[in-house]
Amino acid sequence: MEIKTENLDLEKKNPLALFYQFRELGLFFFIVILCIGVQLRNPSFLTGENILDMATNTSILVILALGMMIVLITRGIDLSIGAVIALSGMLTAQLVAANPTVNPFLCLLIGTIIGALCGMVIGLLVAKVGLLPIIATLALMNIFRGLTFLVSDGEWVSSYQMSESFVEIATGTFLGLNHLIWIAVIFCLVFFYFLNYTRTGRQIYAVGSNPQSAAVSGIKQGRILFLVYTIMGGLSGLCGVLWVSKFASAQGDTASGYELTVIAACILGGVSIAGGSGKLAGVLLGAILLGILNNALPLLNVSPFWQNGIQGFIILLAVIVNAIVKRRVERIHLLRRAG
Amino acid sequence: MEQKKQTYQPRTLETNLPFSWKRLFFQWEWMLLLILIAVLLLGSYVSPYFLNYPSLRDGTMVFLDKALIVFPMAMIMIMRDIDISVGSTVALSSVVMATLYTSAGLPMEVAIIACLATGAICGLINGLLIVKFKELSAVIVTLGTMILYRGIAYIILEDQAAGGFPEWFGFFGWGYVFGIPFLLIVFAALALLFGIVLHKTTFGRKVFAIGNNPTASRFSGIKVDKVKVIVFMLAGLLAAVTAIFLTSRMGSTRPNIATMYELDIIAMAALGGVSTAGGKGRVLGVVIAVFIIGYLQYGLGLINLPSQIFLIIVGALLILSVAIPKLGGMMKRK
Repeated sequence: MEIKTENLDLEKKNPLALFYQFRELGLFFFIVILCIGVQLRNPSFLTGENILDMATNTSILVILALGMMIVLITRGIDLSIGAVIALSGMLTAQLVAANPTVNPFLCLLIGTIIGALCGMVIGLLVAKVGLLPIIATLALMNIFRGLTFLVSDGEWVSSYQMSESFVEIATGTFLGLNHLIWIAVIFCLVFFYFLNYTRTGRQIYAVGSNPQSAAVSGIKQGRILFLVYTIMGGLSGLCGVLWVSKFASAQGDTASGYELTVIAACILGGVSIAGGSGKLAGVLLGAILLGILNNALPLLNVSPFWQNGIQGFIILLAVIVNAIVKRRVERIHLLRRAG
Repeated sequence: MEQKKQTYQPRTLETNLPFSWKRLFFQWEWMLLLILIAVLLLGSYVSPYFLNYPSLRDGTMVFLDKALIVFPMAMIMIMRDIDISVGSTVALSSVVMATLYTSAGLPMEVAIIACLATGAICGLINGLLIVKFKELSAVIVTLGTMILYRGIAYIILEDQAAGGFPEWFGFFGWGYVFGIPFLLIVFAALALLFGIVLHKTTFGRKVFAIGNNPTASRFSGIKVDKVKVIVFMLAGLLAAVTAIFLTSRMGSTRPNIATMYELDIIAMAALGGVSTAGGKGRVLGVVIAVFIIGYLQYGLGLINLPSQIFLIIVGALLILSVAIPKLGGMMKRK
């Protein structure tokens, strides 16, 4: 078992250690430099309109990344969220197509419940049966995606079949800001409180950083795991409705592969896949960085075919740099304790 | 992931146990054989064109290409790792081969060698990153390279298709040797080779030892890092071989080929009895599992069932095959 020294550390004088402590700051400066660079090349980047656009387009990613963060903190992973988004989006869109008068809030609720049910299946398999999260969610990704195709029979639900009030969910504004931005902000605040100031939130960290001692101190591990996957599922279901409303179409392959982007945002934000660590601020910045990249690359006339490669490269670079810095810091700590 | 599954009581390697009739009969492979027979019977029930020699023989060409990767994947899973970048590796090596032949005008033989080299390099990068940065799990490294490799394939070919290979290249995907598909012969040869390597050589012993207890195997003098890098390279190399067969059968290539292959391959290995917690698995079981999933896919295709049902079935099979041993263990403890 590797010993985590970062929490024991009281001295913060070394610059590298300081950097590691405030990793989010490093990410923040990287984003600032990136923005300045893009702005110099294309002045239409930092205009109010474009910034609002970027925020709207990043909101769904932020909401999903919050859920993925708590899954990763418990040493898990959820590869099924793209499929859950598609399934809940498709079912809700079909409901709206059948009865156009449905209340939009009801749609959001139904989507969330569908997602939460999907999440509960994963939670049961991981927490009760003890499957590895990657295997369980890989299999369920297939099953949910297959179900989406089955319920839709390969057909799309397109914009003309959707009621205005439904499309309004993701395109309407409140106080000048898109609804999506408000929803993302609310979730950030709720998660901040939940993770830092509630007992369950702290137990999530405890289960992830050391399962054995968490079990010894009386934390019901199975219950935490089940909860985490249910929350992730619920958020994916909600985002399914938002996604369909935003793009005004529901297809069988909606959000296919989006789980990778979400995981990438978390990893860029410094969430460790080995569990136990991850901060909300980091994840938020990670998601914003990816959102900026998606927006800036077309503005810089980078071919869309380069985007995948650039994204993959940045993810690998971020995890490797993170690992190297962490190693150095731990070595400094060890040296200091020895001396 | 590694830490969670660590058990501290000594486990005997399966290959070390003395012979016993009881164990011979209570094996996962018998169960798999029964499932395979059930699949074949079901196939002959739903379609009159399913259960005869030419149909079963040519059916193998539909699914055996990806099955080539299942052997190194089994080794990787025995060592408690996972590789989800193999589908992207197939796409990248195929795109490199096609581009070198069509755009660069190199002879096809050179392009094939470049394809194999690309796959091996992709695997080497995976392996090196995993052993140099042990704190990143194999999941994260191969997730990153999965996006990266496919990204490079897109950079090379954009949304174009590349094709127009020489006629003899079609032999890989469509050729027969003595009335048997060439692909089937390659698969059988690889099964034999990997079976011998995994169960009869010291290298195979090392793979099992690493899966049972990585720390103990390092202390007993096994070069864990070296073994891991070799196995990941093998996965990349066989992904390139798959790319050759797949490209040959399709006649052209695109950057989006072989998406989600990793899932089918992991499902085949898990169904074949390779434990996801490491340390267990046999080539024979994996081979039977390949034919179960393959003939299921082929049979469903014959009766025109939508391929989405196949997605659901593979997912369900994967869950059942990993859940049944766990549930059995739970019963025993109670």
